[in-house]
Amino acid sequence: MTFDEKYYNIGFIDQLSYNNTFVHRLDPRAKLIATLLFLFTVISFSKYEIAALLPFFLYPVLLMTIGEIPFMFIFKKVILVSPLAVFIGIFNPLLDPGQVSIFQGLTISAGWLSFFSILLKFTLTVSTALLLIATTSFPSVCHALRQLRVPSLFVSQLSFLYRYIFVLMEETMRIVRARNMRSYGQHGKDIRTFTRIVGILFIRTVERAERIYYAMLSRGFQGDMPSIKRFHIKTGDVIFAASVAIFLYIFRFYPATQILGRFVQGVFS
Amino acid sequence: MSHHIVEFKNVSFLYPDGTEALRDISFRITHGESVGIIGANGAGKSTLLMHMNGYLMPTSGTVNIGDLFLTRQTRQEIRRKVGVVFQNPDDQLFMPTVYEDVAFGPLNLGMDETAVRERVEYALNLVSGLDLQNKPPHHLSCGQKSAVAIASVIAVEPDILAMDEPAANLDPRSRRLLINLLKTFEHSKIIASHDLDLIMDVCHRCIVIKEGIVVADGPVSDILTNKKLLEENHLELPLSLQRS
Repeated sequence: MTFDEKYYNIGFIDQLSYNNTFVHRLDPRAKLIATLLFLFTVISFSKYEIAALLPFFLYPVLLMTIGEIPFMFIFKKVILVSPLAVFIGIFNPLLDPGQVSIFQGLTISAGWLSFFSILLKFTLTVSTALLLIATTSFPSVCHALRQLRVPSLFVSQLSFLYRYIFVLMEETMRIVRARNMRSYGQHGKDIRTFTRIVGILFIRTVERAERIYYAMLSRGFQGDMPSIKRFHIKTGDVIFAASVAIFLYIFRFYPATQILGRFVQGVFS
Repeated sequence: MSHHIVEFKNVSFLYPDGTEALRDISFRITHGESVGIIGANGAGKSTLLMHMNGYLMPTSGTVNIGDLFLTRQTRQEIRRKVGVVFQNPDDQLFMPTVYEDVAFGPLNLGMDETAVRERVEYALNLVSGLDLQNKPPHHLSCGQKSAVAIASVIAVEPDILAMDEPAANLDPRSRRLLINLLKTFEHSKIIASHDLDLIMDVCHRCIVIKEGIVVADGPVSDILTNKKLLEENHLELPLSLQRS
């Protein structure tokens, strides 16, 4: 994948977040809280848990469907970061040779079980976090954080990060293009040129930061980022957050898959 | 309102690396004047603008804005009086949405939210950018960005507007809109630019800077027709005068 494509890819998730669906319209605080609850609940399961994790896929799937986020987009992103999770768990089957029986007569090693559990948790958490960003514009996430009393310094850092990642990437894109146009094949793509480009980019960034700071001072910045209240919690938001919390609680503390399984068995017998 | 003056008296500025950017510059701009500052690349135009609101302090000499001397104590007060518009709008628009960016100045002045909203809407309306208010700056075109950058400065209601290359990177139509907009402002205006046609359209007076020294100061009609002076300063006659 070339740098240009990567750039437009980030732009795409940003564009998605400005859609207008039910999920997009929810108060960012409700979504943020729901996502955090979800993440903690998923992480809290024991390392051999698999069956109880499966119902949790309901949440990302619902968000994706109602929020009209293309499945392949999220899927590709999850695959992209998956090597991290795979490397964390890949030695479990070797290091944890205990046997566990899952069905009658079928046993596998506990290591495999925990490996799959890691993969499941990873898929759930990463896709949900991505969906939060894809259904909530980044400025709104920052607002939500500020209203939830996250220190303003951190929130400002985040919003600057968002504001300037596009500028920085455009700058990089220009440098990379300029290099490619004059490197005629392989020359110029070696590590020495690369380190120089990184150096130049760093200096340009520092200079830009200085100009931005000047711009902030010119408009009366004295150390505190001002903020505006923009959102008002609606009943829909409360219902959303509450129902997510209730479902998470049920799926966490009651064996939902077993109950469902018995129910289905009952229907068929 | 006759005190919206900008006065530089024998201002010199030395960068820390020893570059002498301004040498003994003196001029006085009175209320409501539009002044173009022209000169070759590296002549000291940007450095001069950075003195206008105290980002840089003169190494020697004094800067006088209104009835205030520029010192470290009066800087904040002076920044309220002098709005600076930068050459690159990406440096100026640092907040995640257009609305928040334009509101940044008024909020720093401690205004309450309804007053801020009024100011922001007024300023955005002035540059015909009201429908941009919820967009993030990186989704804007260059012309829109520079319009918003101007709005963000107007929202503080400065007495004096200082601009560095306001029309750089603009397409002819956006540039024309900007020129028309600038003409409607009654502020004192100080515009540093290489776009001599823009200066001719907007300003009445022109200051030519060469290697940190004022080499000419006079009405636009005199200076921008002086081919010899312009060429000595790496400039040429405005295009509109070349045709005849």
